[in-house]
Amino acid sequence: MQKKISSTPFRGTAEQEAQLQSIIAANKHDKSRLMAVMQEAQGIYGYLPLEVQNMIAEGMEVPLEKVFGVATFYAQFSLTQKGEVHIAVCLGTACYVKGSGTIYDELQSQLGIAGDECTDDGRFSLAASRCIGACGLAPVLTVNDEVYGRLTKDDVAGILEKYGK
Amino acid sequence: MDMINCKVNGIAVSVPKGSTILEAARAAGVEIPTLCYMKEINAIGACRICVVEATGARGLVPACVYPVSEGMEIQTNTAKVQAARKTTLELILSTHDKKCLSCARSTNCELQKLCNDYGVTGDEFEGFKPEFAIDDSAPHLVRDNNKCILCRRCVAVCNQQFVGILGANDRGIDTNIGQAFKLNLNDTPCISCGQCTVVCPTGALTEKDDTDKVWAAIADPTKHVVMMTAPAVRAALGEEFGNPIGTGVEGKMVAALRRLGADKVFDIDFGADVTIVEEATELLDRVKNGGVLPMITSCSPGWVRFCEQYYPDEIDHLSSCKSPMQMTGAIIKTWYAEKEGIKPEDIVVVAVMPCTAKKYEIKREDQDAAGVPDVDVSITTRELARMIKRQGLNFNALPDEEFDNPLGQDTGAAVIFGTTGGVMEAALRTANDWLTGKDNTEIVYEAVRGNESIKEATLEIAGMTIKVAVASGGKAANEIMKKIASGEADWTFVEIMGCPGGCVTGGGQPIHPQYVRDTVDIHGLRAKVLYDQDEAAVLRKSHESPVVKALYEEYYKDTYGCHKAHHDLHTTYKAGKKF
Amino acid sequence: MKTVAELQAIKEASMGEIALRLDDPALASQSKYKRNVLVCGGTGCTSSHSEAIIETLHTELEKHGIADEVKVVRTGCFGLCALGPIMIVYPEGCFYSMVQAEDIPEIVEQHFVNGKIVEKYLYKETVLADGSIKKYNETDFYKKQVRVALRNCGVINPEDINEYIARDGYQALAKCLTELSPKEVTQTILDSGLRGRGGGGFPTGKKWSFIADGPQKYVVCNADEGDPGAFMDRSVLEGDPHCIIEAMTIAGYAVGADMGYVYVRAEYPIAVTRLQKAIEDARANGMLGKDILGSGFSFDMEIRLGAGAFVCGEETALMTSIEGNRGEPRPRPPFPAVKGLFGCPTVENNVETFANVPQIILRGAEWFASMGTEKSKGTKVFALGGKIKHTGLVEIPMGITLREIIEEIGGGVPNGKQFKAAQTGGPSGGCIPARLMDVAVDYDNLVAMGCMMGSGGLIVMDEDNCMVDMAKFFLEFTVDESCGKCTPCRVGTKRLLEILDKITRGEGTLEDLDKLEDLCNYIKSNSLCGLGQTAPNPVLATLKFFREEYVAHVVDKKCPAGVCKKLVSFVIDQEKCIGCGKCARNCPVNTIVKTDYVAPGHRLPSMRIDTSKCIKCGACIDGCKFDAISKQ
Repeated sequence: MQKKISSTPFRGTAEQEAQLQSIIAANKHDKSRLMAVMQEAQGIYGYLPLEVQNMIAEGMEVPLEKVFGVATFYAQFSLTQKGEVHIAVCLGTACYVKGSGTIYDELQSQLGIAGDECTDDGRFSLAASRCIGACGLAPVLTVNDEVYGRLTKDDVAGILEKYGK
Repeated sequence: MDMINCKVNGIAVSVPKGSTILEAARAAGVEIPTLCYMKEINAIGACRICVVEATGARGLVPACVYPVSEGMEIQTNTAKVQAARKTTLELILSTHDKKCLSCARSTNCELQKLCNDYGVTGDEFEGFKPEFAIDDSAPHLVRDNNKCILCRRCVAVCNQQFVGILGANDRGIDTNIGQAFKLNLNDTPCISCGQCTVVCPTGALTEKDDTDKVWAAIADPTKHVVMMTAPAVRAALGEEFGNPIGTGVEGKMVAALRRLGADKVFDIDFGADVTIVEEATELLDRVKNGGVLPMITSCSPGWVRFCEQYYPDEIDHLSSCKSPMQMTGAIIKTWYAEKEGIKPEDIVVVAVMPCTAKKYEIKREDQDAAGVPDVDVSITTRELARMIKRQGLNFNALPDEEFDNPLGQDTGAAVIFGTTGGVMEAALRTANDWLTGKDNTEIVYEAVRGNESIKEATLEIAGMTIKVAVASGGKAANEIMKKIASGEADWTFVEIMGCPGGCVTGGGQPIHPQYVRDTVDIHGLRAKVLYDQDEAAVLRKSHESPVVKALYEEYYKDTYGCHKAHHDLHTTYKAGKKF
Repeated sequence: MKTVAELQAIKEASMGEIALRLDDPALASQSKYKRNVLVCGGTGCTSSHSEAIIETLHTELEKHGIADEVKVVRTGCFGLCALGPIMIVYPEGCFYSMVQAEDIPEIVEQHFVNGKIVEKYLYKETVLADGSIKKYNETDFYKKQVRVALRNCGVINPEDINEYIARDGYQALAKCLTELSPKEVTQTILDSGLRGRGGGGFPTGKKWSFIADGPQKYVVCNADEGDPGAFMDRSVLEGDPHCIIEAMTIAGYAVGADMGYVYVRAEYPIAVTRLQKAIEDARANGMLGKDILGSGFSFDMEIRLGAGAFVCGEETALMTSIEGNRGEPRPRPPFPAVKGLFGCPTVENNVETFANVPQIILRGAEWFASMGTEKSKGTKVFALGGKIKHTGLVEIPMGITLREIIEEIGGGVPNGKQFKAAQTGGPSGGCIPARLMDVAVDYDNLVAMGCMMGSGGLIVMDEDNCMVDMAKFFLEFTVDESCGKCTPCRVGTKRLLEILDKITRGEGTLEDLDKLEDLCNYIKSNSLCGLGQTAPNPVLATLKFFREEYVAHVVDKKCPAGVCKKLVSFVIDQEKCIGCGKCARNCPVNTIVKTDYVAPGHRLPSMRIDTSKCIKCGACIDGCKFDAISKQ
């Protein structure tokens, strides 16, 4: 899948921009820190839309396409906004063997979205994740930073309910 | 130099240490197919078509990047190698849009040739294939990613041009070459140089074909169609008809244009001569009156766009002169139109150029001396060849004919515009005469000839020391501009061309497979055609051109750079944005 | 700036902090505390709320006024993640497993105040029939382990440099800088027989000795552990970050580099935080920076975060990524030792490899070489996962058999299921079938079996796992993670996956099996980097050992393990079915209907599944209490 590009309008604030500019200023002497700047930028904005990548490209003095090429290469970088509630299902081997695929399918059907998508109200987004190292709790998923382990398909509705679905 | 002895298919060769298997094979007279490799620019070992067997190596190794070692025995075409190459081609074809019949690159496609050589049909694998919309947003080129094989030559050349709008995005099977955020090409700081179209092995990057507009104009009885050619076209057009690189075909080219149905066939060399007298006048004015220096040439629209977008604070360095093509167009629609009594709007000026950026240039603002566009259609050398083929002309059997008058006469100074250093040399010939007040006979400036990307010279003219620089290609332009922007530059006059080597190796010129580009001095051979024509010319200084003299006598009150000339022949620039 | 003498002084002064934990009565008397309570602060236990345990511990200890005599230590991973959160209490060495914060008040009061171990919270195996209690390190899971790389994990507080120093930390560096020449350091590593723990197993000493001359050289630590199911590097960084700093500095000294980079997955936030703190502490203590220990040798390091690309575990891709680019591999040669990071000679090793270095320097090459097999020396850390009782991390001497790892250490396959195969090396590796379980595990034996050590993920599969499905799972992973640069990997792996998918849908032919194998071999010998060259291994290994399963999919159109949905049908045994109808209520697509048949002894007619509409979700099986529904 090519990375999806956000179609929602950019709503960055002056404060966020100032934050980003100071990070760029601290790193621009070393072009190899491009990824680090992008990671910080994603921390500030939650994703990396055109406007943000533009600031990075200009600040780090690299072509915009270079920033975009890097952004679309690494799984961590997102070009779309995450939901307020971001659910990531571990599809690492241990979890997969214990049935995390079924849980992922169940979430897609209950939320009515595919992976890497956000619900229209911006509330929920869903993604598959690589092994998060909680194999002892397999199968696991994370909701924002909260980990839920030893799950079955039947737990899905309860978890969603907890977050206001 | 340390030499390495190795054997390629049993042939012993000795090559410098650090040579690749590909280089050793070439030394042994053995050619290995390549797709992604471009000498010195793109050695990434990605396509895997060049794999060979070599002693001491695990598996198959890519010849383009694998260094030879002492005693290495290389086999370039074993059954294993052939099978591997075949599978590689089959896999490439499984993601390739196989519309060869209508492809602009059919019969000149490196992938097609290899598939033919290896008997690959493209039916071997089926499966997922990313689909892409065709990007034809820009006036100069069309990008069809469905034909892209991800060799990344275009990426390498775009970065080499210091533009870098093309790159690899996403990863795995979804990897695609493109612009950031899938922006339309026209919305990016592309400089329109078209070098990517020259290096693309397939039809994924092609010039936008404007030949239909030309056919339509020719077919329209109400239109007076003037076709005109840039100097570099005559040095390369013959290659499209099987002539060796370096064959001059001016006479046959003129004959062909006439047979295509042009009402007049003019020479943009004329405009080049006018450019020199206008530009030299501007330069002397800047020197005398403390204008912005160094002054930089503005003949190359790729370069002009580069400057506007990447050095927007330095656009005052650009000469205000229009390019020779635009000047010729302007003069056709003013002086010529008046003389002939034809309304400018009834004239269709078709420029045949070695260039894709000219397609962009004709759409620029302030390029309309007569209130209508100076030039209506700009086609590349390749498109002209296509028209000649469609017209059914046996090009090589055509008689040699001459350009029409009045705008068909040129000087040797004008013809060398087609190579890097040519504008500078032409300008120096005129400046030297003007400043010394003599008819100098020492008119060859070796220091500005040749294909180095940056050439500098310090000249003594009439007691003045003049420093000049000549650059071609975005990378060299960038180096020059960094110095100018920082204020450390002390040149008076600088020539910059957008394409490496200047117009003879422009983005609209005939395409040769990469192994030819790697092994033949295409620039040198084409440039020689122009230098030879200059040497054979009777008149070799622009200000001596009788037509130029006539133009100024009749139309511009005998004054270079007069107000009317300024209106017709000069233009303005706008600061652009990088992103 | 610390001197060697100052380092020694810190070591002695800090001994009292950790003395209780060292299983040495002579040292225990030096302890400043009556008890040490070690709580796992690794990712696994943190996910199951070990932080809350620590908080509660502090509160409860305060409450009972014994905060001074009981030291609570947040350690790295103990390894037995399946039983997390884990809490170990010294001096008894007793092992509380699956501890919850609400259990803490009772443990504090009973155990720490009254001196009575609370048996009900202990790991069952440690409570013996006679009422005595086994120490945690005497359990089946721990007793066969030999901890070199994980020596400090679960022992010290990784955020306290003094605890590390008390455990001989930075002594190896001091020894190198004061007693050994760079050549001697490299020679020691060479003599030890240490091989790269990240995958291929290239001799580490050789790698160091190949480094070319140049004004600038680098040391790179590969902590981009990306194999699904592998987390040994993370555990080392979380549990013992200083040992990586020390080892990299030693490597820098050996090869003449003054700068190092650790490339860590961004998915490892705890590891990154601890490593960052360790770097700062090491700098503050003069163990990093200019003129280390007054030797004139300078070395510093920086962390670079990965951003989610498995291919960056490949050394050239990792370097391209550190340089700020798409993590695409570069052709080799030139090898990194000649032209690596930023075009300079570079030594690159993974975390576990580095973790062995200080001990080798301190205890000698011979000591290290005395462990393991002829060509695979020392120990190896494995992450046990899948269908195994004790999921977690183990460090075992090379040469131990797979049977010992799985049955003894790992506790075997749960739920009485039959062990089928073990997968090692992640997406680059292969699988070892049950019948080869007694082969000694080392680099060369694994390779001979068409497998590879890889970074040490060991996934156990039982009779319910379909090997074609497993191969497909790993291919999906590599297809997703292929960088897309070279043709064989970019397109070839995708085509492989498509053929596998066709087979699991029951649409494959015997010709497809040949095509699969040919394409695998092509990808192996034509890909640009290790990812592509090894991507076909899971397919080739399963084809080699489990060809009959492929044939069953292709010829009989059956999935013997009942995994591949398209090839499975759900059937109700009409004799067993009592007709309660629960399955019909559970069925999301209403495909289960009543029949006319009433089985002898039953009151109601049995149910039947209309297989044409069945979506094979398994909801019916899950709900049936009478074992009447099966997959066929």
